[in-house]
Amino acid sequence: MRKLLGVSLIVLLSACASQTTQPEVDDLAAGSEGSGGGGMSSSDLGGSGSGRPGYFSQLNDPNSILSQRSVYYDFDSYTVKSEYRELVSAHARFLRDNASASVILQGNTDDRGSREYNLALGQRRADSVKNMMTLAGARDAQIESVSLGEEKPRAMGQGESAWSQNRRTDILYRGE
Amino acid sequence: MSIYWFKSIRSAWILFLCLISMYSHAQLNIEIFGGGASRIPIAIVPFADENKLQQSITPIIGADLQRTGLFKLVDPAGLSPHAPAEVVYADWVNRGVNALVIGRVVALSSEQVEIQFRLMDVAKKSQLTGLAITVPTTQLRAAAHRIADVIYEALTGDVGVFSTRIAYVLKRGSKYALQVADSDGYNAQSIIEYTEPIISPAWSPDGGQLAYVSFENKKPIVYVQTLATRERRAVASFKGSNSAPAWSPDGKRLAVVLTGQGGSQIFLVNADGSGLQRLSKSSGIDTEPSFSPDGRYILFTSDRGGSPQIYRMPVTGSESANAERLTFEGSYNVSPDYSRDGKSFTFIHRSNGQFNVAVQEIGSRQVQILTNSKFDESPSFAPNGKMILYATEINGHGILSAVSRDGQTRQHLSVQTGDIREPAWGPLPKWK
Repeated sequence: MRKLLGVSLIVLLSACASQTTQPEVDDLAAGSEGSGGGGMSSSDLGGSGSGRPGYFSQLNDPNSILSQRSVYYDFDSYTVKSEYRELVSAHARFLRDNASASVILQGNTDDRGSREYNLALGQRRADSVKNMMTLAGARDAQIESVSLGEEKPRAMGQGESAWSQNRRTDILYRGE
Repeated sequence: MSIYWFKSIRSAWILFLCLISMYSHAQLNIEIFGGGASRIPIAIVPFADENKLQQSITPIIGADLQRTGLFKLVDPAGLSPHAPAEVVYADWVNRGVNALVIGRVVALSSEQVEIQFRLMDVAKKSQLTGLAITVPTTQLRAAAHRIADVIYEALTGDVGVFSTRIAYVLKRGSKYALQVADSDGYNAQSIIEYTEPIISPAWSPDGGQLAYVSFENKKPIVYVQTLATRERRAVASFKGSNSAPAWSPDGKRLAVVLTGQGGSQIFLVNADGSGLQRLSKSSGIDTEPSFSPDGRYILFTSDRGGSPQIYRMPVTGSESANAERLTFEGSYNVSPDYSRDGKSFTFIHRSNGQFNVAVQEIGSRQVQILTNSKFDESPSFAPNGKMILYATEINGHGILSAVSRDGQTRQHLSVQTGDIREPAWGPLPKWK
């Protein structure tokens, strides 16, 4: 019930927001999401269920670079390090060659410092991977970049070994 | 027989332990480290007949005053005056007491009591102030905080903040609860609970609403919730991420951070969600807005200079081209919160791998680092500017802590289980 109410409030709000007269916000307001957003966890990425595309076998082949799905970063950095450029390029080429494939890029940070700044930093990490992918031939519409900030750590605990695993962008294919 | 006896003792003991743990879960424990050099010696005599109440008044008053680091509580052992005529001032002078609190409780009915208290100046042998409050027996803690405020104001000349409330996020297991509690951590109530993260609670200037960010719909959305009715609405639910709400001082607008136009940028939106307007314009991260008390400026964190630093921009200009950088020490300064007089701000400063609470004067740019713990977050000024509430970590657990503005007194306010984070100190109550 609460969820229903929340959704209807958001729908109402979207209606309000689309009445704004500020021209520069029109594209934002039009993009307002009424129900559920883009889906940020892998459980929400499920497609229609039937007709699973054949390319997934290629994506999950442990001998293929495409089976590697994470890009790692230095502290307070969103620069894609050279060792991950080949990985990102491979996924970009795959998206270019499989127009029906699409990905969500989830940016993450370690848990030190400000939660809000980390949310923004995670977005920058995901955006930096998205930029590399579109430069390498993937289309904008195939890629959604989102941030989880420091809120969903993969490794718990303190220390560089946990932190370095959490400073990460994950590449999640929709329907996988 | 003896075995039965043993068993019942054991179950009573287990019951006792359960009660203890329930009790300790229901509150925030306070520990004080160090303290200022010149504390005011004060004795608080237990009020006549307060032991007949469900909740004694004077221990709450004493804890409130002690937490500020400005008072030294002197044990009144053996002496129990309740009226001015019963005070033998020489006894208190001998104990080094400057201020004496006496009073009594009068039951008006089974649901109402009158609390009479007087604050006596021991040197002048006269009454400084006094008050008689009639309260329902369910509001005894609130009455005690109000008395502590009166005492604090009479002895320091500052506004007391014991009657204010705080908000924070409690994570316990997989659950996140947005909670509101009294300034001493008691009377905690969950406003909402979810299994997805909640961050960045922000009090409306009148204390009636909280803005916050919830991930319940799988991405960050900014909500505003009315505390009295629990009614809530989404005020920023645009494409991409919506976060970092900050109220304008008149309560009519919020600054929020959106990613829908690229980057993380600061926008203004009316409190009903209408009238979206872009405020900052950089190619990088602009986040964590905080309004100046006069509503003319916004402090925010930006990485436009290559590392996160704190900037100030006017609210009237639509571009942030004229934003002014305020922090220059170190490579990581984040989470600014304006003091209520607008002359300084508190923030998190990183140096030598530590994240600490700091304060900077806006005029002189003088910086003072107030803590030496490892992982401090979310500093928030008390309404009188004399203390700062923040989150820190001890043994891997997030706890609340408060530090005096001069850095002399620090205290932990901790819950036994779960992580506390994202504290925000509420405004003064309306009657102040």
